[in-house]
Amino acid sequence: MNWTTIDTWIVFMGAMCAASCAIPGTVLVLRRMSLMGDAISHTVLPGIAVAFLITGSRDPAAMLIGAVVVGLLTAFLVQTIQSLGKVEVGASMGIVFTVLFAFGLILMRRAVDHVDIDPDCVLYGAIELAWFDQVHIAGMGVPRGFVVNGVMLISNIVLILVFYKEFKITSFDPSLAKTQGIRPSIMHYLLMTMTAVTAVAAFETVGSILVVAMFIVPAATAYLISDKYGVLMCLSVAIAIIAAALGHLGAITIPLWFGFSGTSTAGSMAVAAGFLFVVAWIGSPKYGLLTRAVHRIELRVRILREDVLGVLWRLEERKQVAIQSMQLATAIGANPLMMRFVLLRLVNQGRIAKFGKCWLLTDQGRSFATTLVRTHRLWEVYLDKHFPQDQHQLHHSASRLEHVTTESMQSALGDARTDPHGSIVPENEDV
Amino acid sequence: MTGGHSLSDASLTLPSLEQCIRVLTLEDYNTRVVVLGVMALGAAAGLIGTFLLLRKRALTADALSHATLPGIAIAFMVMVAMGGEGKSLVGLLIGAFVFGCIGILLILAIRHTTRLKDDAAIGIVLSVLFGLGLCLLRIASEFPSGSASGLGGFIFGKAASMVASDALVMAGVAVVVLVATCMLCKELTLLCFDEEFSSVQGWSVLLLDIVLMSLVTVVTVVALQSVGLVLAVAMLIIPAASAKYWTRRITSMLIAAAIIGCLSGWLGAVVSALVPRMPTGPIIVLLCGFWFVISFIFGSNDGLLVRQFLRWSLNKRIARQHILRAVWEVCEQHTDSEFGVHEVVRLRSWHTRTVKRLLRKSVAKGYVARKSPTTWRMTEKGRVEARRVARNHRLWEIYLINYADIAPTHVDRDADMIEHVLGPELVEKLEKLLVAGDEPKSPHPIGASG
Repeated sequence: MNWTTIDTWIVFMGAMCAASCAIPGTVLVLRRMSLMGDAISHTVLPGIAVAFLITGSRDPAAMLIGAVVVGLLTAFLVQTIQSLGKVEVGASMGIVFTVLFAFGLILMRRAVDHVDIDPDCVLYGAIELAWFDQVHIAGMGVPRGFVVNGVMLISNIVLILVFYKEFKITSFDPSLAKTQGIRPSIMHYLLMTMTAVTAVAAFETVGSILVVAMFIVPAATAYLISDKYGVLMCLSVAIAIIAAALGHLGAITIPLWFGFSGTSTAGSMAVAAGFLFVVAWIGSPKYGLLTRAVHRIELRVRILREDVLGVLWRLEERKQVAIQSMQLATAIGANPLMMRFVLLRLVNQGRIAKFGKCWLLTDQGRSFATTLVRTHRLWEVYLDKHFPQDQHQLHHSASRLEHVTTESMQSALGDARTDPHGSIVPENEDV
Repeated sequence: MTGGHSLSDASLTLPSLEQCIRVLTLEDYNTRVVVLGVMALGAAAGLIGTFLLLRKRALTADALSHATLPGIAIAFMVMVAMGGEGKSLVGLLIGAFVFGCIGILLILAIRHTTRLKDDAAIGIVLSVLFGLGLCLLRIASEFPSGSASGLGGFIFGKAASMVASDALVMAGVAVVVLVATCMLCKELTLLCFDEEFSSVQGWSVLLLDIVLMSLVTVVTVVALQSVGLVLAVAMLIIPAASAKYWTRRITSMLIAAAIIGCLSGWLGAVVSALVPRMPTGPIIVLLCGFWFVISFIFGSNDGLLVRQFLRWSLNKRIARQHILRAVWEVCEQHTDSEFGVHEVVRLRSWHTRTVKRLLRKSVAKGYVARKSPTTWRMTEKGRVEARRVARNHRLWEIYLINYADIAPTHVDRDADMIEHVLGPELVEKLEKLLVAGDEPKSPHPIGASG
């Protein structure tokens, strides 16, 4: 790998563009309008093409205006077709953006002789070459893409800060926003304008596919990590920047391992964003697959532990002999490996002890088990009274509830002496 | 959209009549292949797209078509690595199909195992897999043997390079989709309209969904070559969405969608054969869009104009009934059928001019007649109609007072909205329920309602 100044500039440009996309993207994802970002970044193409055909030049101001007009038109048409035409919003988007994009493609194709923007460039971008297109600021050569995306990032930050509260309220509760005097439709079109402007500023350097990825993926990733609006916003910007850096690094290193010279930077930034998404999907501390799996297993172990204590207590109650590991496993219906682990935990906690081959409750375990059985039987009484059901069913319902009952819930269940099966409800013992 | 054409008119060279005839009669081998292939595709996409639209999965198909790109690149690499040239269309399409399925599975996985909704899941899969595809394409272009230059054609389509075998593949797919649609029409319809009912009937919703999405994947994959993956979704949903404006019945909707798809394909292929530098895929999509706009405005079922007309005629009827009721209420007070405009104006918050205009319309209908510049008279025909309207109004008012516990001072407005839509059966029921006489009295003083 050979890192040069150009690479640094590419990462800077990519990061700025990604960050400026992530800001409106967060609001889009929160409002479940992510695909509006997709649609608008496609329809910017005809806007640019028309602006070019009218002015005959690549004047950035004209292109910006063209793109914004078409972006807003897209938002308007999608809503019109959806409400007047009674079509589902996805279909309405699909119709509008494909038709407008096709129109843009034809315009581009017909003007291809005298245009130096082509559809390929629009889709994939040419971030690798963006460095060569420089402007001079204070005597220093700076890539134009850097300036454009920098301005875009700053204006998006300013806009989101100025309308912080408004965006927040309209995203989560449009009717509350209305009662507070904020017009949701104005915020909607402001967001659409932001999206269109960001898309047009970004896509000449990085291409529309990266724009779509950066609108949606960082925000979705952040959404898997946090619940707070402000944190979400900062997280998605950070993720976007990391994705841009990782993406370029990947583009110039990974293909080398297989003997190729490199690959599309824009594409690989999108893939990097996807990679970060997968990481959050699996490992997010709050909503990750792994976290949830661990929680589920923990819960199962706890329930199993309580079940073991319950079985041992009931055996004592019936003055029956103690029980062996395998018998316990069959009685509860757990797998033996899991059972061994659970028993080990219980021994460590000092709740059970082994005599010969059999398991017995310790004093501490007994008082704990007493509380459990009391809860179970009180639930049976309660359920029998309020939701009369089959005796067998009663036991199962109570078995499920006993694991999630807190102390105050237990005391609210009353103080019956016997359960519906005729067994005595034990008193709580102090530990 | 028409504005755009005028922009490019300068460079547009119109084809000669001879050329047109050659293309329209399919004399050229190349045109024949493209036209037939695209028509078959249009019909197949229209058919399966109808179910896709009704199942509200339109944009899933978009993600699906974008997700095929890495599949195409990988298929190319595998074929080259196995010593081939990497250009076998069937091989590439198999790669596309596999990745299309992966895309759908990923969307489902994200939707079911995270708190993200459909839109984000679709967006993520679409953009990330497409980005991956771009990376792989770039790498594929460096392959020592084989040429990857044609692979990019799948992005925007390259119908012009179609050969007879491709057209045959498209025709084959069209036949498969047609047969599958005919065989599963009832089940798929049920799936789209009432998922629960269909599962109660013993149809596995999951299985039907898999069948539907596989058919969609097949059509999308085949469409890649002619319209390209960015626009493939248009072929699926736009004909179906247009057909929706012409019929309520699913069978006729299917037929209409197939015809619209077919027609757009045919016209698109013809136009692109006639006009130089006119890419086939986008022009087909544009034509689909054209049919959509036509259907959206002029459609006989729920079209914009039809709906406007219905609303307009309903408003007209409501206004006529209002004026008749007002006249009835005036005449009731002075027990003959003559009245002045000023008396009617007082009853409702309306303008003198409005009242005069409505009265003139009623004259045309024969409900009232003008006696002198200031006085009007209700005709016998008008009496019958006005009595009916006023009766409906009062019956509903009494019903609201008795059964909905609404204060007599407030019922006027509520009844105002319902009186126009009370059918004869309902009126009969109200009569029985309320034991009202022939001419019920108004439960509140007549006058401008508050």
